Amino acid sequence: MTRSLKKNPFVANHLLRKINKLNTKAEKEIIVTWSRASTIIPIMIGHTIAIHNGKEHLPIYITDRMVGHKLGEFVPTLNFRGHAKNDNRSRR
Amino acid sequence: MLGLRGSVGTVSEIGLRLLQNLSLRGVRVQCINIGGGVGEIPDSKRLRIALQHIHGIGRSRARQILAELSIENKLARELTGREAYSLREELSRYMTGHDLHNQVTKDIARLMEIQSYRGIRHSQGLPCRGQRTHTNARTWKGKAVAIPGKKKA
Repeated sequence: MTRSLKKNPFVANHLLRKINKLNTKAEKEIIVTWSRASTIIPIMIGHTIAIHNGKEHLPIYITDRMVGHKLGEFVPTLNFRGHAKNDNRSRR
Repeated sequence: MLGLRGSVGTVSEIGLRLLQNLSLRGVRVQCINIGGGVGEIPDSKRLRIALQHIHGIGRSRARQILAELSIENKLARELTGREAYSLREELSRYMTGHDLHNQVTKDIARLMEIQSYRGIRHSQGLPCRGQRTHTNARTWKGKAVAIPGKKKA
């Protein structure tokens, strides 16, 4: 079910505070966050946000086409490299 | 799906009803062209069913269209010129047929381009709405492939 429009998109307060602070300054730096559930809103465009994948923070550059998605969608938490080849040969 | 064998066009009084002969397993099906790139609907079916042959029109939208235009659920070939015209107008308000197909492909391409989770799953050919893939998911993964040499202990 979609979120009520009355409430505006969800962005974690600490992340919002960091971005607002960076927007007042001219320089840009990587924002480290654990908040994968935050929605990408237009004021984040152009920033690089390092998003936690459960183990480390992966930097993602936010473009205008990502607006409306969640931060976590761009950083996969699983790293499946495929099944091992020919492991039944060694078991025999 | 349908092989268009020959179009013997008879254009009616306002040039909307274009009758075409389609061959479908030897049986000839007559179709009305509802124009404007929307496609055609089979002649011998009642409108509520016939409209659903257009990609993008389902059961509820077919009912809704007929209710809004207050056309009764008659056979498609019994449409008068005026009704066919209003039906065409109404259909042009919705995204149907090729336009809809193109829009869907474009949306998926966008997801792939921004490298979101759903886009990645699309390019991997796996379900993207969180379904399990340990078993099942055969629609996306295709027919099961047996692993040779795997025996029970």
